[in-house]
Amino acid sequence: MSDDRTLGEVMTSRGVSRRAFLKYASYLATAMALPASATSVIAQSLATARRQSVIWLSFQECTGCTESITRSYSPTLEDLIFDFISLDYHHTLMSVSGAAAEHAREQAMKDNKGKYIVIVDGSVPIKDGGIYSTIAGVTNEQMLKDTVKDAFAVVSVGTCAAFGGIPHANPNPTGAVAVSDIIKDKPIINIPGCPPIPEAMTGTIAYLLSFGKLPELDKLNRPLAFFGESIHDRCYRRPFYERGMFADSFDDEGARKGWCLYKVGCKGPIAYNACATLKWNGGISFPIQSGHGCLGCSEPNFWDKGSFYKPLAAATAGINAEVGAAAVVGAAIGATAAQIIKKRRQDVADRAIKKVEG
Amino acid sequence: MDLLDFARGPALQVGLIVFAFGVAWRLAALLLLPRMQDRSKAREGAPTAAIASGREVLRRMWPQGAFAEATRFSVINGYIFHLGLAIIVFGGTPHILFLRDLFGISWPGLPTNIINGVSVITFASLLLALARRINDPVLRLISTANDYISWAMTFLPVATGLLAISHLGARYETLLAIHLLSVAAFLVWFPFGKLMHAFLVFVSRGTTGVHLAHRGAQL
Repeated sequence: MSDDRTLGEVMTSRGVSRRAFLKYASYLATAMALPASATSVIAQSLATARRQSVIWLSFQECTGCTESITRSYSPTLEDLIFDFISLDYHHTLMSVSGAAAEHAREQAMKDNKGKYIVIVDGSVPIKDGGIYSTIAGVTNEQMLKDTVKDAFAVVSVGTCAAFGGIPHANPNPTGAVAVSDIIKDKPIINIPGCPPIPEAMTGTIAYLLSFGKLPELDKLNRPLAFFGESIHDRCYRRPFYERGMFADSFDDEGARKGWCLYKVGCKGPIAYNACATLKWNGGISFPIQSGHGCLGCSEPNFWDKGSFYKPLAAATAGINAEVGAAAVVGAAIGATAAQIIKKRRQDVADRAIKKVEG
Repeated sequence: MDLLDFARGPALQVGLIVFAFGVAWRLAALLLLPRMQDRSKAREGAPTAAIASGREVLRRMWPQGAFAEATRFSVINGYIFHLGLAIIVFGGTPHILFLRDLFGISWPGLPTNIINGVSVITFASLLLALARRINDPVLRLISTANDYISWAMTFLPVATGLLAISHLGARYETLLAIHLLSVAAFLVWFPFGKLMHAFLVFVSRGTTGVHLAHRGAQL
């Protein structure tokens, strides 16, 4: 997969005009909330850059993240992002398999030592020596450590790689952990989501190529450009929330009129992602626009936060047997105390009567 | 488990358990106490116990006679923050959802902006109540830790709720978690402090009315 041409030369050979290239750079700068001056920097950097070697490791995952990135806006320049990078190893997308595939990974690591980027989707099982997921007889944990050793940076795409995701959910039978739980000595960018927004993935990779450094990240190592604001803050249904107009079910008048989905469990207020702005499928829609509340899939442990359909304001346990038992015990203790006092008073009265009679 | 998970889960669960235990305990212990028999004969024309208690409850809802001037501020201010709290708790949609989840019943909520306005008024009213307690020499003298803790347990959910809906000071999930933790603390303190007056105020006023009427007081 080696190609010594610059990206600009590759694009030109594919018939991409300079104008289209600048439009893409402008779009990328806008998406990542960069100043207008960044457009020319991105365009120039990308045009003169060599293809970046990328090794994509898929561990405990469902391939949804790969499905997502292959559905980046099409047919536009985003599709060509794959030409910006040299995807040297990817189970699903590469044509070779078996020993040849593993050789490609090792060769890429050797040829691009200290420069390649490792993208990981899927969590890493570590219980029982990590035997629950292996590739070519090597555990995911070992392959991750070996591959990342000489990498420039690691990009964890999807909530599984970023935070453990669904494999990490209770009872977590495989001991699934996030990449950041294992790798401590390399810069890590998390692009969570189940799956992540394709433009968040391609945009972050393009940023790395353009600037050679990590974008600004939040406390969970997510690019602020895509994860800086909550879904709720950017939701087009927000005015209905402010006016107290809610859907009470998925089939009532409020739902049909597109009112706020807070009552039916929308987690938009605590979910940080760009779904409400970038949207999906070429900017057509996103889950809330389709009538379903946000699941908060870009947040850690989203699967273990109680029912998806329980409002954020409700206690996750509620009134249960323990609360009922506490009331019964309290009432019993109170009644017993009242009876003791009653008996004491009766004893005092009895003694007084005896004293008078005696 | 993050802070919000802890607040929505174990913290509120403990709060509800302690609240249920404490309220049941105190109500049973008080209401099942044997009543002291008033051996004296009731004054002629004394109303029945039901009427006397009802009249006393109503009479004490507004400043009366010689105490009117001295109690006017606390009564009016008390109305403001009590009504404010009621509107916030029973009119705010997130609170209705919280109650619906507990009791299975719900009703339409008020617009967020109205709740915001009422919250600000309630917030200011509670601060005024504290300022008066601190500045009035008599009130200060008779105030105990119970009064200040009960005030704080009421004030904190209002203050943190305002911060949460205004997104001030931290991210929303952190503010919501702090708000829910303050509610959990409120529930834990409720049965054991003066907040229990929410259940006992009309019982005690009614009982006082019965005693007063028995002795010939005009209610």
